[in-house]
Amino acid sequence: MYRYDAYDHAIVQERVAQFRDQTRRYLAGELTDDEFRPLRLQNGLYIQRHAPMYRIAVPYGLLASRQLRKLASIVRRYDRGYGHFSTRQNLQINWPKLEDVPDILAELATVEMHSNQTSGNDIRNITTDHFAGVAPDELVDPRPYAEILRQWSTFHPEFAYLPRKFKIALNGAATDRTVLRIHDIGIEFVRNTEGELGLRFYAGGGMGRTPILAPVIRDFVPWRHMLTYTEAIVRVYNRYGRRDNIWKARIKILVKSLGVEEFARRVEEEWALLQDSPHIVTDAEFDRVARHFTLPAYELLPDIDTAYEHALGTNKAFARWAGRNVHGHRQAGYAAVTLSLKKPGIAPGDITGEQMDIVADLADRYSFGELRVSHEQNLILADVRKRDLFAVWEAAKAAGLATPTVGLLTNIIACPGGDFCSLANAKSIPIALAIQDRFADLDYLHDIGELDLNISGCMNSCGHHHVGHIGILGVDKNGSEWYQVSIGGRQGNNAALGQVIGPSFAAAEMPDVVSTLIETYLELRHPDELFVDTVERVGIAPFKTRVYSENKELARAA
Amino acid sequence: MLPERIIREGHVQPESWQFVGFEEPLVIEPLPEGPIVVPLALWKAQRALLQNRGTPVGVWLKPDDEPGELADDVATLPFIAVHFPKFTDGRGYSTASLLRRRYGFRGELRAFGDVGRDQLFFLKRVGFDSFGLAPHRDPVTAVASFGDFSLRYQGSVDDPAPLFRKRGQEGRA
Repeated sequence: MYRYDAYDHAIVQERVAQFRDQTRRYLAGELTDDEFRPLRLQNGLYIQRHAPMYRIAVPYGLLASRQLRKLASIVRRYDRGYGHFSTRQNLQINWPKLEDVPDILAELATVEMHSNQTSGNDIRNITTDHFAGVAPDELVDPRPYAEILRQWSTFHPEFAYLPRKFKIALNGAATDRTVLRIHDIGIEFVRNTEGELGLRFYAGGGMGRTPILAPVIRDFVPWRHMLTYTEAIVRVYNRYGRRDNIWKARIKILVKSLGVEEFARRVEEEWALLQDSPHIVTDAEFDRVARHFTLPAYELLPDIDTAYEHALGTNKAFARWAGRNVHGHRQAGYAAVTLSLKKPGIAPGDITGEQMDIVADLADRYSFGELRVSHEQNLILADVRKRDLFAVWEAAKAAGLATPTVGLLTNIIACPGGDFCSLANAKSIPIALAIQDRFADLDYLHDIGELDLNISGCMNSCGHHHVGHIGILGVDKNGSEWYQVSIGGRQGNNAALGQVIGPSFAAAEMPDVVSTLIETYLELRHPDELFVDTVERVGIAPFKTRVYSENKELARAA
Repeated sequence: MLPERIIREGHVQPESWQFVGFEEPLVIEPLPEGPIVVPLALWKAQRALLQNRGTPVGVWLKPDDEPGELADDVATLPFIAVHFPKFTDGRGYSTASLLRRRYGFRGELRAFGDVGRDQLFFLKRVGFDSFGLAPHRDPVTAVASFGDFSLRYQGSVDDPAPLFRKRGQEGRA
């Protein structure tokens, strides 16, 4: 993974000093709340329901074991012993003291970490495929590009006060695992007819109140122009994006109101003037960064490991876990492993400091000392020998990290919701836990098959409910919490936005509503058809009818 | 309210410009004596007259004013100011960057309005070289923040080359 050089170290050190001084001036009354707010947000610090919420950047989801150990020590020392991995591959902690944050930042800097631009109206953490570099279907390893973008966007002087937050994702694989088109900019690697590598730029995607899948703005940008084309887009947005209404300030609204053609024309006009920019990426820089992402020292192994095959044949629980949580790898004899943070009874994405230490040990022992955070809020060991999978499973199981449900209904994505977040309209975690409890039977769960269930506590859509096969959105009606249900959303190459099935439900109804949706699917499905495929084939009507006729005795929100 | 002292070339100095049409509704006659800064609309309407005043005239821009409107004037204008109604309104950063890089403005470029010390480093990077802080903010202590960072990843007006074109060339990395 990328390692800091003296420049990178100096920059994060200067950031620590800057934020320490800003915090000091705020606590001394020299900065007002309004003056301090954007400064702390650009350092990932929110003032939340109970205490500050602090969001630590995990650039493109990649972590080294020593970094995870540092995070473990931070959650123990400054928080309540646990943290929460978010859909942007970052780590959030919910109970730090404001005055401690500069010290936390200084500790992070010792392991080449930071919280730069994890909030605020700026360019946020760049995200990519959690299987980058190991996925069998990968065309280009996106990580060097993500790192070059990270550096360019860090403390960009022109783009620190954008109309709204700005999220960029990159996908280098045949199958999109980044939910690319819900981003403000989505970058996809492509080759033109001459075989040259380029980037297809999507812009203007987003969720929130107006969910939009980003349209293509330019089909092919030479890869060296990644920064200049991004600069052109962000400049057009900075100048013309709406600032009068927070709900209409994202770039998606600008793209929609100008129309894709006019937006693209303005970007082209801007880009035309950047054709000899010094930000055209050089071979020297690309090579310097890419050297950090070379293949680890794989052993040459047969692809089939007999001990692994034997264990699969004789241990049903292990086979079930392997069927869901072990993933294909481009290197013979290796696999990627998901360590699940979706144990029933635990908030999705939550992890204790002790578990972090265990995962760090597993990474050191079995996966070259590195791991990844997925946008589905799990951890990934990307380079595990197949012959070690059984040992990894046993260790993960003992640590509560082997819930065998990746891709299944109870692998719920959920934001922290109203239990923690001051923006939320409703709680997310109790709904997730109640649904996990309802679908605790693993045989039933596996029979239902792949199903993404995503929960957001408000329209900010941190839980990605729009692209859940079943999406649940917390809404506030007259001061009480209700839940709106949509179905038919999906991530991946055929990303789609779910359709709302009708009026909202009370919290207590939600397990029944999901059960009814599932029963309807099981009756209607064709062989080998996923829930979302059935919805696509038959439409939402049969689901809607069943849900509202079976649950009609319950109170309904207007 | 506009401050009586501004920051220019890293030092606090008395203000020498009078802004017209900023605090009161625009009254064209009579314009004050001495160096004045007029809104873009007045400049466009009265350019010839203003150029013949015999004293320096600058132009100030609102966040949504198009800097390209001054493309023909940048060579002769001594002073352009960009207003920040709120410090979180970042349009002025792009305005400055365009005035300097696209249109080649070399005169004094002022950021004024809701500007505080925590914005100075970035404002300077995008090409501003004088700063009128909000009157309740102390310009004397604010100048320290020009030194917040000694290194920058990306190029801007102050230094167009990104760090990656320098890495390893100064014996530092």
